[in-house]
Amino acid sequence: MMRNFRPTRLLWGLSPVVTALLTGCQGGILDPKGQVAADEKSLIITATVLMLLVVIPVIVMTFLFAWKYRASNKDAIYTPKWSHSNKIEAVVWIIPIIIVSCLAVVAWKTTHKLDPYRPLDSDKKPINVQVVAMNWKWLFIYPDLNIATVNQIAFPKDVPVSFRITSDAAMNSFFIPQLGGQIYAMAGMETKLHLVANEAGIYKGFSSNYSGAGFSGMKFNAIATETPAQFDAWVQKVRAAAKPLDADAYLALVKPSENNAVAYYTTAEPRLFDAVMHKYMAGRQSLAATDDELKLAALTKRLCATPAVKEQ
Amino acid sequence: MLLGKLTLDAIPYKEPIIVAALSGAGLMGLLVMALITKFGKWGYLWKEWLTSVDHKKIGVMYIAVAMIMLLRGFADALMMRAQLAKATDGHLGVFPPEHYDQIFTAHGVIMIIFMAMPFMTGLMNIVVPLQIGARDVAFPFLNSLSFWLLVSAVILVNLSLGVGNFARTGWVAYPPLSELGFSPDVGVDYYTWALQISGIGTTLTAINFLVTIIKMRAPGMKLMQMPIFTWTCTWANVLIVASFPILTGALAMLSLDRYLDFHFFTAEAGGNAMMYLNLFWAWGHPEVYILVLPAFGIFSEVISTFSGKRLFGHTSMIIASGVISVLGFMVWLHHFFTMGSGADVNAFFGIATMVISVPTGVKLFNWLFTMYQGRIRFTPPVLWTMGFMVTFSIGGMTGVLMAVPGADFVLHNSLFLIAHFHNTIIGGAVFGYLAGFSYWFPKAFGFKLNEKLGKAAFWFWQTGFMFAFIPLYILGFLGMTRRLNHTDNAAWDPWLYLACVGALLIACGIGCQLLQLYVSIRDRKQNLDVTGDPWNGHTLEWSTSSPPPFYNFATVPHVHDIDAFTDMKEKGEAYKVPHKYAPIHMPSNTATGVYIGGFTTLLGFALIWHIWWLAIVGLVGIIGAMLARAYDNNLDYYVQPDEVETIERAHFEQMGIDVDNYAERDADKPRRGSRPTTTA
Repeated sequence: MMRNFRPTRLLWGLSPVVTALLTGCQGGILDPKGQVAADEKSLIITATVLMLLVVIPVIVMTFLFAWKYRASNKDAIYTPKWSHSNKIEAVVWIIPIIIVSCLAVVAWKTTHKLDPYRPLDSDKKPINVQVVAMNWKWLFIYPDLNIATVNQIAFPKDVPVSFRITSDAAMNSFFIPQLGGQIYAMAGMETKLHLVANEAGIYKGFSSNYSGAGFSGMKFNAIATETPAQFDAWVQKVRAAAKPLDADAYLALVKPSENNAVAYYTTAEPRLFDAVMHKYMAGRQSLAATDDELKLAALTKRLCATPAVKEQ
Repeated sequence: MLLGKLTLDAIPYKEPIIVAALSGAGLMGLLVMALITKFGKWGYLWKEWLTSVDHKKIGVMYIAVAMIMLLRGFADALMMRAQLAKATDGHLGVFPPEHYDQIFTAHGVIMIIFMAMPFMTGLMNIVVPLQIGARDVAFPFLNSLSFWLLVSAVILVNLSLGVGNFARTGWVAYPPLSELGFSPDVGVDYYTWALQISGIGTTLTAINFLVTIIKMRAPGMKLMQMPIFTWTCTWANVLIVASFPILTGALAMLSLDRYLDFHFFTAEAGGNAMMYLNLFWAWGHPEVYILVLPAFGIFSEVISTFSGKRLFGHTSMIIASGVISVLGFMVWLHHFFTMGSGADVNAFFGIATMVISVPTGVKLFNWLFTMYQGRIRFTPPVLWTMGFMVTFSIGGMTGVLMAVPGADFVLHNSLFLIAHFHNTIIGGAVFGYLAGFSYWFPKAFGFKLNEKLGKAAFWFWQTGFMFAFIPLYILGFLGMTRRLNHTDNAAWDPWLYLACVGALLIACGIGCQLLQLYVSIRDRKQNLDVTGDPWNGHTLEWSTSSPPPFYNFATVPHVHDIDAFTDMKEKGEAYKVPHKYAPIHMPSNTATGVYIGGFTTLLGFALIWHIWWLAIVGLVGIIGAMLARAYDNNLDYYVQPDEVETIERAHFEQMGIDVDNYAERDADKPRRGSRPTTTA
């Protein structure tokens, strides 16, 4: 019954339609601007084409069989008792197994390559950014530059960005679709993500995990600058406009607010990000021994004075 | 405090939309009650339906609840699509987050727990005992109790519309958002108690049906000879028994957090929200197979019946369903590849998920080869089945795509995901239930549904589905995430408008179905199913009259083949008038289920609002009703042969079989068991 059917021909026939559809997606995950996102896009396409090898024949056979064996077609063969064939059984088990095996190899390799925790291969030193999801805005801390921002980040193109991510509210998901995959932001925990932009531009970022009333406004811009100099200029701009982000400023910021404008800070507390995580572990901390640990413990205690979760 | 947290402010009388919805529903309710009173049907309703332990009537009531909740859940869907079509480019739309977030939470909970589950359970109730030649389920009273627990949960969910509010957490209710710190009001409590109560009902149903299937099959029916729908329901019930306790446990822990200051899942004090995600999906993923496996069974029955052929690869189908069930239990982590697991873990769960597509693919091919060399009649059930085969292939493909962790990192939580699971749940489960509805409707009610309107409903649903969800796939690619209240991306707008059109087309489909019910009931005299076998069916449910007598089978059939009834028809054993009838042992009706359901509603409401005295009343009531049942001696009775004969004679005469002559003709033949014992 497969005699007249050539799946490859159909696949080629469809491919312009698919391409047109995919290239039309400006600004989404099919319009990648960085290596990670580009790899993820090509993975989606590879996997889809592999699966269409089974899906298209199934859909075509559905229509073909339905038409050929319609009740009114008395010319077609009718075998009411035929219900078993070892050959067909073998084929219908083996074909999906082959396709899934290919897909499994692809999945294993890409999952390791695209692991968000894996530092990107680059000869450039990555930029470190610490991310705190709040109700309902994003705080970005540049620990090496002693600045922090709300709802805006910047980095030069082609320089890997290394994110450490936590939350001081409900669970969120940190996502810049055109640069690559997302990862959850969770209170008391740290997740990691590595991204890079290979083209200069302003890319939309947002939380993709619903976190309450102000969730829809939890957006930010990720600016990939053309040159390192432009990035330095941006850092200067932040410093110039900045207020210090000490414990009090943090406590004011963490209060629930919606649709926040971009804000710039200088960081007075080098261990702020750690303290934000530690405040959810109060009571479970090991004894602070060094000076640095004592400072962290003190800062954590201050942030705990009014825990964000009890605000509402 | 006498009323706990309950105050007058809990009633949203200032919100015009809610007030309109509530008064509309209230008026409808009053109208129905007035009609029942006018025709003096309260006694009939109570005696014949509400207190019935007949699996067929309970099944019909399940489906009635499912359809009412379909309308409620679909109204939510329409509101969401309208909001997102309107709230673009800086507009905020009609619903503020306070209200909108309840709508999408309610939509998910209602459609899965209170529409799909009861629909599936209803079909299973009506069909499974008939397919295996049983006279009822193993525990008829328990069956009634399960149903009334569902009703109790449905009442609570609908109460939340008018008293207090519903959860604003999404249907998954992830902590810490669902903890007291972020959700201090009663919304999450409505959610947890409604799910707990219906979950207990579901678990009891699964136990009941597993026992029924294992212990009550007609003589001769080996396990591997069971009809395929019964088999898929068996697998679904195994999944329920294994997975629902996990949900019960997870929600119990969440409740302990909220009521007694525990910290299982809180962000602070050592709680761990990630544990909830694991537990929730350890139930949640099997749950989608619980919904879809019985639908697979329905498609198998439909395609085999209307192709006029045996099902291709019956054994293969059973094994494939089993493999799906077992694997379905081992893939929950794919719901959160983005939670920071290592690459090995993610890859393992991703590949395990993909493997499920193998048995699913086998099923699709088996349906195709059932059609192959058949004589396909394009009735509405077949249209639903073919619509499913095309739609579900796409939904399965997008599912496998999302099982690749690298792809999921960008597709997770996007509208692509929403499109995917609607593709499988609507295109898989719901199409299956609707196929089953029109396939078994004549069996349950004794007349066929109007075919034209059935086909119209299908085409509206199918095209509406395409319009509603293909745009969502594209929006996912365009980077739109789920649960947004408003958007500001001009590139998204046309797709959002299209999706809204799709929802309206589906509304027309639902309209056609309501009209179909009305027209079919009006014209029932012309569409009577006098034989009990309107489609030339293969399995035992078609061997008895439509609707079947309350005892299902006057004489218990002997089974020699997978297609037991086809076998009987071919051997000329169908429609034989028995020489004599034996007394039939049947369970008595009982109102205990109704009472326990009522007290459970009180208990749930009291727990939600912290009205402790009422909670005690509810609990004592439940225990009291159980004790009363335990001391009740009126549990069962025997239907006497005279009564059976009268009922059977009516059926045979309706079919044009002359019972008296039949008996005479047969009388001279010696029959075992009919001779007086003295001659032996």
